[in-house]
Amino acid sequence: MQDWRNYKKVLLPDIPNLNQIEVYEANGGYAKWKEVITGTGTHTFIKREEKVLEDGTKQVIETKEQVPYSPKVVVDIVKSANVRGRGGAGFNAGLKWSFMPPKKEGVPRYLAVNGDESEPGSFKDRRLMEFNPHLVIEGILFACYAMEMDAAYIYIRGEYVDYLNFLEKAVFQAYQKGYVGKNILGSGRTIDIYVHRGAGAYICGEETSLMESLEGKRAYPRSKPPFPAQRGLWGCPTTINNVDTMAQSALVMRYGAEWYASIGAKTHPGPFLYGISGHINRPGIYEYPTGMLITDLIYKVAGGMKNGKKLKAVIPGGVSVPILRADMIEGVRMDTDSLAAAGLDIENGKYGFPLGNRKLGSMMGTGGMVIMNEDTDMVKLVRRISQFFHHESCGQCTPCREGTGWLEKLIIKIDEGRGEMKDLDLLFSLTENMEGRTVCMLADASAWPVRATIIRFREEFEAKVKNSVYAVS
Amino acid sequence: MAGYTSHSHQEIDNTKYEFTEEELKQVQYHISKYPDKQSAVMPVLWMAQEKYGWLSDGAIQLVADSIGLSFAHVYGVATFYTMYFKRKMGKYLLEICTCLTCGICGGPEVLEYTKKKIQANEEGISPDGLFWVREAECLGACDTAPVMQFNNGHYVHNLNNDTIDKLIDEVRKGRLPEFVSIPLRDQSIIDD
Repeated sequence: MQDWRNYKKVLLPDIPNLNQIEVYEANGGYAKWKEVITGTGTHTFIKREEKVLEDGTKQVIETKEQVPYSPKVVVDIVKSANVRGRGGAGFNAGLKWSFMPPKKEGVPRYLAVNGDESEPGSFKDRRLMEFNPHLVIEGILFACYAMEMDAAYIYIRGEYVDYLNFLEKAVFQAYQKGYVGKNILGSGRTIDIYVHRGAGAYICGEETSLMESLEGKRAYPRSKPPFPAQRGLWGCPTTINNVDTMAQSALVMRYGAEWYASIGAKTHPGPFLYGISGHINRPGIYEYPTGMLITDLIYKVAGGMKNGKKLKAVIPGGVSVPILRADMIEGVRMDTDSLAAAGLDIENGKYGFPLGNRKLGSMMGTGGMVIMNEDTDMVKLVRRISQFFHHESCGQCTPCREGTGWLEKLIIKIDEGRGEMKDLDLLFSLTENMEGRTVCMLADASAWPVRATIIRFREEFEAKVKNSVYAVS
Repeated sequence: MAGYTSHSHQEIDNTKYEFTEEELKQVQYHISKYPDKQSAVMPVLWMAQEKYGWLSDGAIQLVADSIGLSFAHVYGVATFYTMYFKRKMGKYLLEICTCLTCGICGGPEVLEYTKKKIQANEEGISPDGLFWVREAECLGACDTAPVMQFNNGHYVHNLNNDTIDKLIDEVRKGRLPEFVSIPLRDQSIIDD
């Protein structure tokens, strides 16, 4: 990994008024978009071939080829950069783009941009909307061009009304300059961008639910298949990407896929917005490469623990990902692979989080890191988390609608000292009956924090419950 | 408003629900943004709520009529999302986050203090009807926890009992909170 200390910020650079289009343009903004849409620029495509020479040695021959920016070339560039979706799932964005079916005349195609950031602990998209909205818009334009789309709808959570205004102003400026709209810069292409305000529902961050909401319905997630690329918004091919992913794609186009892939962790590259909050001296969004050591982020970046307290636990990427104990984070880096293996070497993996047929440390999620000190009551924490999911369950599927309520009730019972030891087993059995049995991932997301916290802080739960079995004496 | 029964409200509602010419143009603009008019329901519900303060049955019927949808559909949408108010509550809504980060950084204590401060009843409303306090789920401002959203609008950051005192006094004097931009962190590195 390159030296993170000398990292130069690109997502949220320290340039005053960067959310004004003139400032953004003066710093290289929309230059690549002009090249791509007007067909004036070319992409240097490097082909590497391995040849076996007569004496048996191998030689790599590089050939360079200049190709115009066709939609397919743009998809290939983003795919080869391995931009992993920043919404939490971490899927290769370019690969997702390539799932769109071939363009049919007369069938519109849409991009839905997910700015519904509601995962507790995450607050990075809000900063992008305020401080660098044009980077998001430029990314949206590249995505629409690459997938031959007609319009993009940016879905922003209702609470972010101030930040939505920043983005709306930026969209307006981009329209005025002719980067968006009809016949963009004389190219004959039309791409419209609309901003849509949500009204307070966590579930709208789920991609199919977001589409239902955009269509003006109650936001119940849809079953997949059909996948959005086949039947999405208004029955037409659609791709859903996170606001942050759009900004990342714009950077890939501007600086190149090789540059992007060289930043941070090999399997999860790129600039990353770490949202650090909780019992920490300097909470905030920090931009660094992926693959940072969690300990560096806590002590060297965010100024260490508040009031000199001891670290107890870290949630590395938003509330749904498994919580890590302080003794599990030594040497762990913020990338998918390192987090997956976190703490598994402790006592034969007793803190391993069983998921499918493997054991897991944790996940990257949204990169919203919550740091907790020694005074944090883990039962109370899980109680509040369960309350959140119970409140936010959309009520469509029974295991989730009922299950989230039962999780909350049981944990309240334990927290208030009325619980029994067998309730811990009941909680496990409940979570197992919720996971994977619903249309969307909310049931899983609500079950994971409960299961992970009990596995990793069992002693705190046991201390609050009464024995179920009493010795006869 | 004929042809509907009151679901949420027992009193007779004599308000005349109507959009002005200008507002109807705005409705048409919202409809034009989407391939299907049904999609305009959320933006037009926002318009109605901003105009009338909350979404009474009459306001919902107005939204339905101005887009050309059924009352039942619009009612269904309005009741799904928490930011649409289905009942008339206090004038100013104070939503205090007690979720994950705010929950461990003093949010619940601030919520309790605020309730006491405004002498909230069981529904969280002050006796004079000026304030309405509610617990919020994560507002996405964990770096400035605990945080509050004022009346579905601006955020008030880094809450404590003093900031609550100040806010309540100011609002009583008619001065509402303004948008505060939280600057980006300087990324100086701290070494031991």
